[in-house]
Amino acid sequence: MTHTIFFYVFAGILVAASLSVVLNRQPVYSVLSLLVAMLCLAALFVMLGAFFVAALQILLYAGAVLVLFLFVIMLLNLAPETLPRMRPLTRRGLGLAAAVLFVVEWVWLLNQSPLPVTLPKESASLGSVEEIGRQLFTTYLLPFELTSFLILAAIIGAVTLAKGLWDRE
Amino acid sequence: MITLNHYLILSGVLFAIGLMGIMTRRNVLMILLCIELMFNAANLAFVAFARAWNDLGGQMIVFFVITVAAAEVTVGLAIAILMARRLRTLNADEANSLKW
Repeated sequence: MTHTIFFYVFAGILVAASLSVVLNRQPVYSVLSLLVAMLCLAALFVMLGAFFVAALQILLYAGAVLVLFLFVIMLLNLAPETLPRMRPLTRRGLGLAAAVLFVVEWVWLLNQSPLPVTLPKESASLGSVEEIGRQLFTTYLLPFELTSFLILAAIIGAVTLAKGLWDRE
Repeated sequence: MITLNHYLILSGVLFAIGLMGIMTRRNVLMILLCIELMFNAANLAFVAFARAWNDLGGQMIVFFVITVAAAEVTVGLAIAILMARRLRTLNADEANSLKW
């Protein structure tokens, strides 16, 4: 019962915050709304028994990615977004239509899918740091190493771009 | 009683909101932000599936998705700063030098 109440509370805040991300004119407010959405998502992860992922969500998204966004927005000193003159109505209508169509199709698909409907009983070890650490360094060792290459590539890319090699002309 | 479908529908709604943002917003930073939202919708679905099947694989892939998202944001924001410096705009419609 408490699970149901908490699910609806967090899902409501999550959807409201995401709508605020998309509809807000001020970029800073959008980023802060996304922060609220991330925290709600972390709460949902905890309800699903994914404790380590919830911690990562707060540490990495709220702590690193969104701070980076805030830095860039403050660095560039953005004015509130001015909507383009060129047919804004059609574009917004198209965006809304695509979103609604997607949700309708998704619900329709889920209604006739053979997925297991009820969640099984929670096992205590699923999502614990110990279990994730063991899997990460045995079954998923190769992807784990590959992510370090990915991050290395991102670092090199960011440094190259920031050094302004492309500004020279 | 909350079922797997509740989580999946919530994930789909979140994804659709992100999609709407990408199609309606023209600011490059806002587009990146909406991509983050869509990443998170996918993460929610993965974690819900991990719970439904009692399989840790779903949570492991969230770990990798978060890493990829962080790398993507780093490079994307560097490009956005360069774009603001060179083109003096962040409007995606005005970055049309590839258009012939």
